[in-house]
Amino acid sequence: MAKVTFREERCKGCGLCIQVCPKKIIRENQEKLNAKGYFPAEVVDMDKCIGCAFCATICPDCVITVEK
Amino acid sequence: MGQKLLMKGNEVIAEAAIRAGCRHYFGYPITPQTELMHYMAKRMPAVGGVFLQAESEVAAINMVYGAASTGHRVLTSSSSPGISLKQEGISYIAGAQLPAVIVNIMRGGPGLGGIQPSQSDYFQATKGGGHGDYHMVVLAPASIQELYELTVDAFNISDRYRVMTMILGDGVLGQMMEVVDFRDEEIIETYDKSWAANGHGNKREHNMITSIHLDPAVLEQWNIGFQNKYKLISQNEQRYELFNCDDAEIILVAYGSVARICKGVIKEAAAQGIKLGLLRPITLFPFPAEAFEKVLNIPKAFLTVEMSSGQMVEDVRLTIEGRKPVYFTGRMGGMIPTVNDIISKVKEIKEKHD
Amino acid sequence: MEVVFKAPHALVDVPMHYCPGCTHGIAHRLVAEAIDELDIEGKTIGVSPVGCAYNNYLYFNCDMVQAAHGRAPAVATGIKRSLPDNIVFTYQGDGDLAAIGTAEIVHAATRGENITVVFINNTIYGMTSGQMAPTTLLGQMTTTTPFGRDPKVNGFPIRISEMLATLEGPAYIERVSLHDVRHIRKAKEAVKKAFKVQLARKGFSLVEVLSTCPTNWGLNPVEALKRVEKEMIPHYPLGVFVGADLEV
Repeated sequence: MAKVTFREERCKGCGLCIQVCPKKIIRENQEKLNAKGYFPAEVVDMDKCIGCAFCATICPDCVITVEK
Repeated sequence: MGQKLLMKGNEVIAEAAIRAGCRHYFGYPITPQTELMHYMAKRMPAVGGVFLQAESEVAAINMVYGAASTGHRVLTSSSSPGISLKQEGISYIAGAQLPAVIVNIMRGGPGLGGIQPSQSDYFQATKGGGHGDYHMVVLAPASIQELYELTVDAFNISDRYRVMTMILGDGVLGQMMEVVDFRDEEIIETYDKSWAANGHGNKREHNMITSIHLDPAVLEQWNIGFQNKYKLISQNEQRYELFNCDDAEIILVAYGSVARICKGVIKEAAAQGIKLGLLRPITLFPFPAEAFEKVLNIPKAFLTVEMSSGQMVEDVRLTIEGRKPVYFTGRMGGMIPTVNDIISKVKEIKEKHD
Repeated sequence: MEVVFKAPHALVDVPMHYCPGCTHGIAHRLVAEAIDELDIEGKTIGVSPVGCAYNNYLYFNCDMVQAAHGRAPAVATGIKRSLPDNIVFTYQGDGDLAAIGTAEIVHAATRGENITVVFINNTIYGMTSGQMAPTTLLGQMTTTTPFGRDPKVNGFPIRISEMLATLEGPAYIERVSLHDVRHIRKAKEAVKKAFKVQLARKGFSLVEVLSTCPTNWGLNPVEALKRVEKEMIPHYPLGVFVGADLEV
């Protein structure tokens, strides 16, 4: 089991995490804009997360914390 | 040392810096200041200091910026063209409020100019050759002894106000030899340097040395602070010499090696029955306005003498504000004004005012 | 469960101003991770450039000094010569290091100055909105080469790592990239090794980091990573140019 948390107010909606997630469980949360006006990324199916930290590694803004 | 030595000007400055506790020197070769570097190349290692010849004056002044950021006393020296290259760095040093000492042994300009003495960098030194509202404290020695004493003072002034101080000499002062009387002990003033970037050692917040503030309101506050500093310096640090002014018909205004010539002029004029005095600015920034107020009513006129087209004369006029006539004479290109040059100008002025 | 990935302590916990998807942010994290893992934050002093990273003194928790454009290696030299036991690094872009600052980087390298240089190569001037840099590729459009960089007019892009590798001063030079997770992890090792070279007092170390500029390349962040892989790496091959066998 693994878990990722996103600091949504720091996300700039760049989409890099979405692109590298091997499990394809990250998507842009279109319903919520953060204060900067970006659609923050979010994990849709945390159970599938394997804690590989690919998303956190490519995130330029330290938005993602990974637990395993 | 506490002893008397016959030394060359450039070398005295270097020795003075070391005696003032300066252990970092970054420079680049340029006539007529290079002996200062040679001296440092030998002495700094001997006192466990750093001597580094940089790839350019631009690099040298930025090494000074780095060393000053760590709170250490640091010196650089050059001559006119090299000082031009350092102007951006000097503006950054002013903007980041870093204490440091720079020496300009002036030579003829503009461009590559010549290697003979000159005073044509007065504006650059006192009005700021770099960008932005800033000043350096500018000290103008007129003897080997003053090269020594003012260099030691320069380090104290720099630390006292977190400002860059310039020793403004010229090729004559740099190259000539005179006896210098070293004190046994130097007064090395120490000040809080907790602002320095020297590694927080996990004991404090991290320090940041910077001069950029994109928010104009913030940048203005910084500038207001700088201007207050310069006012304070102007109140505390004006230095000058009044020589033979009590009953002078005309007061000569000159600094550095030209002031020495003027003392010769005064003697020669006296022999011809002409009473002259000398007002010698020692600080060029802050300009010694006090001196002029003291003697304003004595002479019929002031005669500024410079090795330039006339730069300090503007400050003399600004200070006197038309209350007394101000005249100018000078030589350029490295030519040195002679006693006779000056005396003939004196006579010209006398005819107008007698 | 335990935390396996979080922001490094040496990065100040504030949002960074870089554009969305710009890999400057990754490069900053790698430097901060190296500082954390080597436990040197207390004795490190970083030098900020002029360019997009001009105010990264706000982002590192070690002492920082902002330098005039191109002069960071000289400022770092002044710091290192004053504090030889401290760790000094510069963080510079390709305009800062390869254009106005070429003399400073060449001479810091040839002096074997015991500093670490993190050199971000994104083939463009970012902060001033997209001008040609010395590393701009032939044919690349920029605001100052609107018809594509023409060597007859603007000459050829400079390979800094190879150029500095001809000098005897440097102890370690490697070019890395941030265009995918594997390369980011390799880049981190290179940055960490560079700091170790400095810790071991072996001399000058430089890591050239191929990086993106989505905004001024006119690409989205994912496409920008592709450009690094497809267009930049062929001209700027990755690898160790000095110090491959250096044990630190």
